[in-house]
Amino acid sequence: MDTPQPILEAQDLRKSFGTLEVLQGINFSLLPQEMVFLIGPSGSGKSTLLRCFNRLEEPTGGKIIFDGVDLMSPDVNINTMRQQIGMVFQQFNLYPHLSVTKNITLALRKVSKKDSSEADEIAREMLKRVGLEEKANAHPDELSGGQQQRVAIARAMALEPKVMLFDEPTSALDPELVGSVLQVMQKLRDSGMTMVVVSHEMRFARDAADRVAFMSEGQIVEEGEPGAIFENPQQKRTQDFVSEISR
Amino acid sequence: MNTSETFSRWDLFTETFFNQRLIDEYSGAIAKGILITCEIAVLVVFTGIALGLLLAMLRSYRFLPINVFISCFVDILRSLPPLVLILLAYFGLPSIGFSMSGFLVLWLVLSLILAAFAEEIFWAGILSIRRGQWEAARSTGLGHTQTIVYVIIPQAIRMTVAPLTNRTIAITKNTALGTVIGVGEILNQASTAQSFSGNATPLMMGAIAYIVLFIPVVAIGRWIETRFAWRRI
Amino acid sequence: MEIFLDSFFNFQIMSEASPLLIRGLGTTALLCLVVIPLGLIGGLTVALMALSRSPWLRWGTIALIDFFRAVPPLVLLIFIYSGLPFADIELSPFTAVCVGFFLNNSAYYAEIYRAGIESVGVGQMEAARSTGLKKIQALVYVVLPQATRNVLPDLLSNTIEVVKLTSIASVVALQELLYSADMARSVTYNSSPIVMAAGIYLLILWPVVRMLSNLEHKVGK
Repeated sequence: MDTPQPILEAQDLRKSFGTLEVLQGINFSLLPQEMVFLIGPSGSGKSTLLRCFNRLEEPTGGKIIFDGVDLMSPDVNINTMRQQIGMVFQQFNLYPHLSVTKNITLALRKVSKKDSSEADEIAREMLKRVGLEEKANAHPDELSGGQQQRVAIARAMALEPKVMLFDEPTSALDPELVGSVLQVMQKLRDSGMTMVVVSHEMRFARDAADRVAFMSEGQIVEEGEPGAIFENPQQKRTQDFVSEISR
Repeated sequence: MNTSETFSRWDLFTETFFNQRLIDEYSGAIAKGILITCEIAVLVVFTGIALGLLLAMLRSYRFLPINVFISCFVDILRSLPPLVLILLAYFGLPSIGFSMSGFLVLWLVLSLILAAFAEEIFWAGILSIRRGQWEAARSTGLGHTQTIVYVIIPQAIRMTVAPLTNRTIAITKNTALGTVIGVGEILNQASTAQSFSGNATPLMMGAIAYIVLFIPVVAIGRWIETRFAWRRI
Repeated sequence: MEIFLDSFFNFQIMSEASPLLIRGLGTTALLCLVVIPLGLIGGLTVALMALSRSPWLRWGTIALIDFFRAVPPLVLLIFIYSGLPFADIELSPFTAVCVGFFLNNSAYYAEIYRAGIESVGVGQMEAARSTGLKKIQALVYVVLPQATRNVLPDLLSNTIEVVKLTSIASVVALQELLYSADMARSVTYNSSPIVMAAGIYLLILWPVVRMLSNLEHKVGK
């Protein structure tokens, strides 16, 4: 049996803001159906790396290969590619002027060119999966933070992406609302979705992740199974970080 | 003080400012003026705001040469008195072969001025929308134009309503400047009638026409301001 | 191209017209020096009336503000200049312009001051009164400085509009900048003097407009 091809790959990826080099040559690959956590201290570049994966942040060097396509190539239609890479943000970023359903269907109608009844059907299905069917006609400001984030996940899922990126999805939530979002992510993971997650939810990482990559100062210092990283880190910087967070 | 004298003074006053014969004679002309004022005002509001919105959207692409052009256009039209532009367009352009009617000059100049102010207001609105909205839209595959049309502008509109209404009212009142280049709007009809009749009644009629026309607009503007309570502070 | 330059940028005509235009600029400057302070003082007074506790005074003032905001300034000016003489009130062009501008500007400045004063919380007034300041002292030393700072961009923006508006004085034959330029135009049958006047307005107002833009963006953040 062949080793499976990675769905997403970063090769010597670099990103600088002025003179500050935030990503210093990242090599990373993600297999289909894998769930990988990026952890590390703030400012280590993990969010920037995640945002480079769909080019919300323009890398200053290196390559991103998604599903065999070089995303940095000038011939690539990045909007088509982005439909296959879902993203969930720390601040949810729901459109406040649109209803929950319209939030989900906007890209379906305008980019995938689905007609509105079909798009509405997909939205209904997605809302069912995140447990918010009854909120279909609500506006974002009528929802709790946790509900907003679940709608945001539904919005990303609706496009049937091959990979989903989560940028600190629970950091802006009140503690009692975190659980409902993690539950949805767990369900998504069980359904076989490929996911990259930047998060501080270490317990969730330990339970759910296939692999954890520890980043520090713009580099991936160490990666491996969650057990190995959390119980038996090899590198000094990883040890410091793990002992810091488990205190 | 004797009553007959007071009476005659009052008579003189109504005779001069509210002369019934002249009211009858010139109400047709004033009505025509009202029609022309309204025509220009409506045209200016539509073209000015549409052009302003278009410029603000263009600016969001952040393409340097275009943005320099837009900035200069906006600054110049905000710096120049409308009357200067009107005289320049009306008397200057014919000498290089562009002859325009006063009506067209007034429409064009006021539209450009409104466009400049509207662009600034829309642009401030666009800048006020959080970056996350752009990112969320772009991450689902919407292009720049789709993002601005479906996600950014609908949100930005809310905070542009109040300042845009006030600015639009102020610029629409400049239709009165048309009198200088012979556009037959209210003021023009009124001053022409005044010099024919040698009486202030037509001018009073014109002033009243403006007040009847614009008081409701100003009141609506005030209502919108409280409804969309938005201050720049 | 040559026709264009000759019609709009004829330096010969410009230099001949320049003494006239400079005199016009002097009148425009004088006009600004009179009508801007007058408008600011009038506006502040009207704003305080509009915030009065007496409902009659309050609504009366607001009606007056809206009245003068509804009348186009040129209509007001022509009414004062050529309508009032019929009632035996004859004013020189300069006085007529000052009166018209005073009425119009006071209404606009009043709206801005009112918004500014309303933006300062009642707590400021109460705090000042609690330390023994009289109402007028609290207003002058505590509320107004904050109010003015809060609406500085709007005050500046309106002042730019006032400077531009002085050009309508040309319609009642006050020999300010635009009147002089238009006179030169009608004598020479050439638009260069108006271009020159436009250039002068730009020279004075463009930097202010730029400053305002920066101020607005800074305040907006």
